[in-house]
Amino acid sequence: MIPELGQFALILALCMSLVLATVPMIGSLNNTPGWVALARPAALGQFTFLMISFGCLVNAFLTNDFSVLYVAQNGNSQLPDIYKISAVWGAHEGSLLLWALTLGTWTVAVSLFSRKLPAEVLARVLSVMGMVSIGFISFLLFTSNPFERIFPVPLEGGDLNPLLQDFGLAIHPPMLYMGYVGLSVAFSFAIAALIGGKLDAAWARWSRPWTLIAWVFLTLGIGLGSWWAYYELGWGGWWFWDPVENASFMPWLVATALIHSLAVTEKRGAFKRWTVLLALTAFSLSLLGTFLVRSGVLTSVHSFAADPARGLFILIFLCIVIGGSLLLYAWRAPEVTSGGRFDLFCRETLLLGNNVLLVVITAFILLGTLAPLIYDAMGWGKISVGFPWFTTMFVIFTPFLVMLMGIGPLARWKKQDPGALARQLRLALLVSVGGGILLALPLFHEGNIWIGLAVMLSLWVVSSLVLSLRQRFKYRKGLAGLLRDFGARGSGSYYGMIIAHFGIAVFIIGVTFVTQFDVEQDIRMSPGQTVELAGHTFRFDGAEAVQGPNYRADRGTIRVFNSSGQEVAVLNPEKRTYLVQTKPMTEAGIDPGFTRDIYVSLGETLGNGDWSLRLYYKPFVRWIWLGCILMGLGGLLAATDRRYRMAALRKTVAEPVASKRLATEGRV
Amino acid sequence: MTRYLRYLVPLAIFFILVAFLYRGLSLDPKRVPSPLVGKPMPAFVLPRLQDPAATISDTDLKGKVSILNIWATWCVSCRAEHEVLLLLAKTGKVDIYGLNYKDERPKAQQWLLQLGDPYAANAFDADGRTGIDWGVYGAPETFIMDKQGIIRHKHIGPLTVDALNNEILPLIAELQSTP
Amino acid sequence: MKSETLINSSCRRMPASSALKTLDPGMRRDDDKIITQGILKTLVAVLTLCLLLGASLAQAGVTLESFKFDSKAEEQHFKDLIEELRCLVCQNQSLVDSDAELAHDLRAEVYDMVQAGKNDQEIVEFLVARYGDFVLYNPPIKPSTYLIWFGPFVLLLIAGLLLLRSIRRQQKVPAAEISAEERERLNTILGNTTTSQDKDQ
Repeated sequence: MIPELGQFALILALCMSLVLATVPMIGSLNNTPGWVALARPAALGQFTFLMISFGCLVNAFLTNDFSVLYVAQNGNSQLPDIYKISAVWGAHEGSLLLWALTLGTWTVAVSLFSRKLPAEVLARVLSVMGMVSIGFISFLLFTSNPFERIFPVPLEGGDLNPLLQDFGLAIHPPMLYMGYVGLSVAFSFAIAALIGGKLDAAWARWSRPWTLIAWVFLTLGIGLGSWWAYYELGWGGWWFWDPVENASFMPWLVATALIHSLAVTEKRGAFKRWTVLLALTAFSLSLLGTFLVRSGVLTSVHSFAADPARGLFILIFLCIVIGGSLLLYAWRAPEVTSGGRFDLFCRETLLLGNNVLLVVITAFILLGTLAPLIYDAMGWGKISVGFPWFTTMFVIFTPFLVMLMGIGPLARWKKQDPGALARQLRLALLVSVGGGILLALPLFHEGNIWIGLAVMLSLWVVSSLVLSLRQRFKYRKGLAGLLRDFGARGSGSYYGMIIAHFGIAVFIIGVTFVTQFDVEQDIRMSPGQTVELAGHTFRFDGAEAVQGPNYRADRGTIRVFNSSGQEVAVLNPEKRTYLVQTKPMTEAGIDPGFTRDIYVSLGETLGNGDWSLRLYYKPFVRWIWLGCILMGLGGLLAATDRRYRMAALRKTVAEPVASKRLATEGRV
Repeated sequence: MTRYLRYLVPLAIFFILVAFLYRGLSLDPKRVPSPLVGKPMPAFVLPRLQDPAATISDTDLKGKVSILNIWATWCVSCRAEHEVLLLLAKTGKVDIYGLNYKDERPKAQQWLLQLGDPYAANAFDADGRTGIDWGVYGAPETFIMDKQGIIRHKHIGPLTVDALNNEILPLIAELQSTP
Repeated sequence: MKSETLINSSCRRMPASSALKTLDPGMRRDDDKIITQGILKTLVAVLTLCLLLGASLAQAGVTLESFKFDSKAEEQHFKDLIEELRCLVCQNQSLVDSDAELAHDLRAEVYDMVQAGKNDQEIVEFLVARYGDFVLYNPPIKPSTYLIWFGPFVLLLIAGLLLLRSIRRQQKVPAAEISAEERERLNTILGNTTTSQDKDQ
């Protein structure tokens, strides 16, 4: 009964999205306030029904209702409750329902937090989100129904893939989806603006906080996925440039370009067409990601002969959403006026440079990801484009991006004297190049050019941030001045930028140090045996059998001592066999640290209590995720900037004095 | 006019992308075609499955159109394919040789006894080295060689009646008719 | 059914992404097929199915083998070499990580060749002759791969030219600030009476 209720709620949600997609849009076009006013209740209704539907599926998992096919495939009565819930998004159908629910959540959030928007703009934004929602809900209902029944009812479920029975992966998809789907808000604002013909600074200011929040979720979601891969997969890797990883990284890159470009549009009215195109592209790429992951065109067991419906459905959906929006762009963009004039060298051009680099990086990642498909389709043979290629290209392009990152925050809008800027940056250049050379030389280690480059780039970013802070504090003397500054409009996004850029610097150090200096060893060990690795002594104290809630495991004990013989850590890597899906799984034993991780995973038992082990010493690996967290924090701070808390829309015209003063000041 | 055309560029790029993605729906990314097609078959000398003392080599396959089928008892789809191989053998148009790949001898012999033996002879590749030379990456796989011993076709995955009628038999007929 | 992987429970280690492929309909589609065939009717069938699915899904784990090396450098060289070779069975893994039977064999093959004094190029050629360019994670630079090796730079060039052109054009545009109308709209919306705090950054 309850699963049918879930399906019925889903159908009602579809009806709501149909209403949302049409009525308010039409109302906004022919000025029918009654129709426009329907946007918010429809958004709320859609969300409520999606919530009910989702709740029904959760309930089916919690009550072990194996008469539902999806639950029979992915649930199990022995599964701990938290994983029964996360099993809801453990496979295709349920994760798609989560996606739809996330979209419903964002829609309702926009309708609640953007009340101050002009009614017809809000109506259009919500309407566009409703259109996207139609696509996803009907995809669910017509090709991927999670509530489908099975008869006869199995006594036990097939269980959630053990890899997914992990806290990190329980929260990774919701985070990532919040990011992916959050980009639909920026997309919808862009479409609404294109329809209304008003692509202006106000549009940029409205969509900026939404874009920032989506970007924060995306950043944290990707970071979480990478962290999960690191500790769960037992090989200490954190990024493999796999198509699915790339599918999440591409929208992130474009969203990063978008938040920078929105800044220019908001403050200077420039790059409007470019910004709107980025907003369309960012969400398009997250839709493309869905297609790549779910259609099997790139990897996965492929059997489209059996059911070509799903891949084709998403592709048609992509054509309508992306094709339609780009057509609208081609129609409306030529009428958009260019913004304010600026010089050849100024903050605008630097930001544009950053945008161009980000987009080029996105484009080549797309090229590399699709290359096997392109080659196959053109009959040029089967090729693989893997991490060596991506790493090479990425390392060639990103240093330029980081260089711009150091200059941008110090440059002035409109016009910047290159000489003056160079004088300002002299110190930063000295510090970074000096530091880089120092660390590249064989003083502290064997000498490593990559470490030198990373340290140089990182110091370049940090020192230019310090210069920027110093410049800012020059005019805000004393504690009172500082405090006032923290509360002021615009300071949220300024300090947010500082923190996020600092996060990049931290990230660069983490990535480079761990790739250059990590040490690993595969070794056979008998109980009591010791081995030296990276200045530490590892002693294997044997392995014992343990019983988990739904798995059996061998748990090894490894004691780690530092060079002076003190015990640093006791690690307990496990080799688990889950009872239902009898696959061996490794749980690594990790001793996390600020400057290094010690990482041990258990291989095979070799008889006589001997085991094969893989030992890792990973310097600065935490900095990778620390960097991600800092970026996320920065984004959050920027999104909560005071100027985004909109005052009520006044019908009166602002004081002419104020605008005149602005004009003379020449800055916003 | 050109002013407007410029703004259609993103749309054009998108549709090129869609064309590839659409094509991709009917391609199998996991299937790796063999670079050996069109080349002489790799040389090998292996013990026979039924008689460990005797050997079989690539020269046994030359001078006629021949088929080499890679199979093993641990391979589930090989069982499904076996019927089709028996059918093909019954036509008598071509000699089917087997490469028993990384298998256990008694099990493999038992298999042939139980299910019937479509093979003219079987090579026993215990360590899979010959398999590597043939670029085997998943059983079952089937190679078709012409009279000169040049590999003309590789079928990856289990043979089906469809594949037999539409690919294999026409190719064999064609190869038989050429000197 | 598609061609069988050599040994079913083979793909041990896998990148994060493949785990997410459990969300992939590719796997699911198989179920539908089986269901329509009427096989999936009992619990046993469900369990079998999951085992089958589990087989095609990769699983976590590590491959630990002890090859003997004369020096650390030699071992590292071996690892670096096989890391860039793609396993044909577990196609999301390199030979260094895959636990597929074929990966074991190929590792041993590569090890023997290294010990026999063959250089990297000879080893790569050996594998490419048998499996094609597909085994190389790092595609070789040759005319057919110019697209991927030089494409990114061409993209950068095009983007750079477009950037220059648009900046040039922007300089010709005499348009001043945000238009007065826009500013008014912005101010009314934001309720600003004074904008002095609303500085850059």
